[in-house]
Amino acid sequence: MSKSVLSGKGVTKVFGLGDKKTVAVDHVNFKFSKGELVSIVGESGSGKTTLVKMILGLLSPTEGDIYFMGKKRDIRTRKQKREYWKGIQAIFQDPFSSYNIFHKIDSVLMDCINMRGGSHLPRDEKIKMITEACGFVNLKYAELTNKYPFELSGGQMQRLMIARIFLLKPQILLADEPTSMIDACSRATILDMLLQCRNEVGMTIIFVTHDIGLAYYISDSVYIMEHGKFVEHGTADQVILSPTADYTQRLINDVPKIHAPWDFAKVASTVSAQA
Amino acid sequence: MKNTLRQITQSPKFMIGFCLILVLILTTLIYPLFSPGSPLEMIGLGTFFRPGTYVSVYDSVTTDKRYTINLTDAAEKRVASKLASEDKEVMKTWLLEFGIAEEEIDLEDTEALLDLWFNTYDESIRFDNMTTAVRKHVQRTDAKLDGLLEHQDIIVADSAADGSLVEGSLIKGNEYINVAEIANVRVLPLGTDNFGRDMLKEMISALGVSLMIGLIAGAIATFIGLALGLLSGYLGGVVDDIIMFVTNLFTVIPSFVLLILISFSIGQSDRGATTVAIVIGLTSWVWTTRSVRAQVTSLRNRDHVNLSKLSGHSLIRILVTDILPYIASYVIMAFILQICSGILAEAQLSMLGLGPKTTSVPTLGLMMFWAMAYTAHLNGAWWAYFPLVILIACISFSLNLMNTGLDQVFNPQLRD
Repeated sequence: MSKSVLSGKGVTKVFGLGDKKTVAVDHVNFKFSKGELVSIVGESGSGKTTLVKMILGLLSPTEGDIYFMGKKRDIRTRKQKREYWKGIQAIFQDPFSSYNIFHKIDSVLMDCINMRGGSHLPRDEKIKMITEACGFVNLKYAELTNKYPFELSGGQMQRLMIARIFLLKPQILLADEPTSMIDACSRATILDMLLQCRNEVGMTIIFVTHDIGLAYYISDSVYIMEHGKFVEHGTADQVILSPTADYTQRLINDVPKIHAPWDFAKVASTVSAQA
Repeated sequence: MKNTLRQITQSPKFMIGFCLILVLILTTLIYPLFSPGSPLEMIGLGTFFRPGTYVSVYDSVTTDKRYTINLTDAAEKRVASKLASEDKEVMKTWLLEFGIAEEEIDLEDTEALLDLWFNTYDESIRFDNMTTAVRKHVQRTDAKLDGLLEHQDIIVADSAADGSLVEGSLIKGNEYINVAEIANVRVLPLGTDNFGRDMLKEMISALGVSLMIGLIAGAIATFIGLALGLLSGYLGGVVDDIIMFVTNLFTVIPSFVLLILISFSIGQSDRGATTVAIVIGLTSWVWTTRSVRAQVTSLRNRDHVNLSKLSGHSLIRILVTDILPYIASYVIMAFILQICSGILAEAQLSMLGLGPKTTSVPTLGLMMFWAMAYTAHLNGAWWAYFPLVILIACISFSLNLMNTGLDQVFNPQLRD
C-alpha cells in the first residue's frame, strides 16, 4: 500500500472525572492508506463512534495525535477546520436525523458546491453539478427539488448523503454504520454506491460497523475494537479467516448464517465465557 | 411550517386566547380615535364619581326647548329617588312598633308605604322601648317626607342690571328636556378615579401601556435567556460552567426582591414605563436560560448539527439555522408566558409604589395602587378597581390559553 493519509498515535478519549471517569478510547494507533477501505468493527459501546468523532475533529482527543496527509493535524482555528473538513467527510448512521428538517434538500447540496469554492458559479452550472451527483446515486434531481428531507424514504436520504460526498470529493470518508438503519435490499445498493464513489473520487473509506460479515464483504483491512482498544487488525482475510483474538471469534460466531441453524447455545456460551 | 400554522389556527384554545388579546390590543388602538384627549386629564373635581351620564345643570336649566310630559309615576319616582333605604327601614321600625303587621309593609312600593305612613304616623306617640335617638331619626325622616311631597314649581332668577334678582324662567315638575339637545353631556361609563380622571379612558390607555411593558420585558427576558441558553448549551465546557453559575446565582435570589431593589435604587423620578419594563426583563430571564440550555444540550449532538459543522458553517449560523428552529416552538411559548409575567410583575411593583412615575403614563398597576391608596374598596367605589382586576385576569387568561393551545399543537401527546 502507498503512504498513509491518516494515522493516529496513542489516541485516547476520557469522559468525566474521578470516579465517574470512562475511558471511551484507550491509546489506539492506526494507519490508513490512500484508496483503502478500512472497517472498524466492534459492538455497541466499544468506542467506535467516539473514535470517528475524534478523527472528524468534532471531539478533541484527551491524549495522542492524529496525522493527516503525513502532517500533524492542527484544527484550532475555524479556517483550519474548514480546510480539514474539505479533506475529510462523514456519513452518519441515521439518515432521518442527518438532515435539518427545516431546510430543503437543494440547500444541502448547494452548500457542498459552495464549500468546494463554487459559490461564484452561475445557478445553472450548480444545478447541472447537483443533477449529475443525484444521477450518480440513481436519484432524479427534478423530482427532489423543493422537497423537504422528511418527504423522502430512508434509503433515498442515505443515497443523497452519498451524492453529497460525490460533490465534496474528500480524501477520506468516515461512514459510521451508514446501512444499519436501512433495509437489506437498499443496503446492498448503498454499499455498491459507496464503492463506486470510492473508485470515482479515489478516496479512503473508513467503514464503521458492528456487522463483521458486512466488513468482510467490502473491506481491504479490518480493525477489531473492544472496550476502546484495537484488539486485532490486518487484512480482511487475515482477520476473518484466522482470527487471533477471542473477541473476533465471538463476533464471527454472532453472524447469523442462512444455510446453517443459528446455534444460540454456542453464542450464549461464548458470551458467558467472555463475561 | 404551513401545516403547523394550520394546526395552530385550528386549535380552539389558541384562537380564543388570540382573539381576546387581539380585541384588547385593537381597543387600545381604536378607542383614542373616538375619545381624543389625554387620559390623565383631571376632569372631575372630587374623587370617585359614580359611573353614569353626566348632564350639565346649567345647560339643562337654560335650554329653551322644554317638553311637557305627564307621567303618572313621576312624583313617586321623585320621592323614591330621594328616600334612602335606611329612611325606609326607620319608617318600618316605627310602623312595626305601632302594631302594623309586617306583611302589610312593602318597602318596594313607595306609594303604598307613604300612604300608610301619612295615615298612621303621629308624632305624639311614644314607645317605651324606642330610644330617643331612633325617635329623633323618625321625626327627621317625617319632616323630610313633608318637603318631598310639596309640588312647587322652581323659579330661576336672573340678576338684573342694578344687581337685584328678577324672575327668570319657571321650571314645572312635568317639564322635560332632551339630553341630545343639551350642549354638555359627558358619559362616564366607569365613573372617575380619585384624581377625577375618566376611568374608562385611563384604563384603556393603561392597558396599552401595560401590554407594551409586558412585550418589552418579555422580549428582553426571552432574548437574554435564549442567547445565554444557546451559548451555554451549545458550547458546553467552561462557557457553560460560567453561564450556569451566573444563572444559578440569579435563580437563588428571588427575582422579585431583585426587582424591588433595582426599582427602588433607580428612584421615582427616573422610572418611566420603559425603564420599569427593562428592569423587569433584566430580572426574569433565568428560567428561559435554563430550559433553553437543556434543550440545546440534547440537540447539539444530533447528526444534522455535526453535518452542519462538517460543512464548515459558522457558530452563529449553526445556532440560528440548525438549533433555533428546533426549539422555536418552545421559545415562542416561553415568550408568551414572559409577556404575561411581565404585566403581572409591573402590577405587583406598582402596588408597592415602585412602578412607573404617576404623572407620565397610566398603567394597570398604578391605577390599582391609587385606588387602594384612596380606599376605593372601603368607599364602595367598585368601578375604581374591579374593572382593572377583570382586565388583568383577562390578559393573563388569554395569554395562558394561547400558550396551552400552542403546547397542544407542538406536543401532540399532551392533547386531551
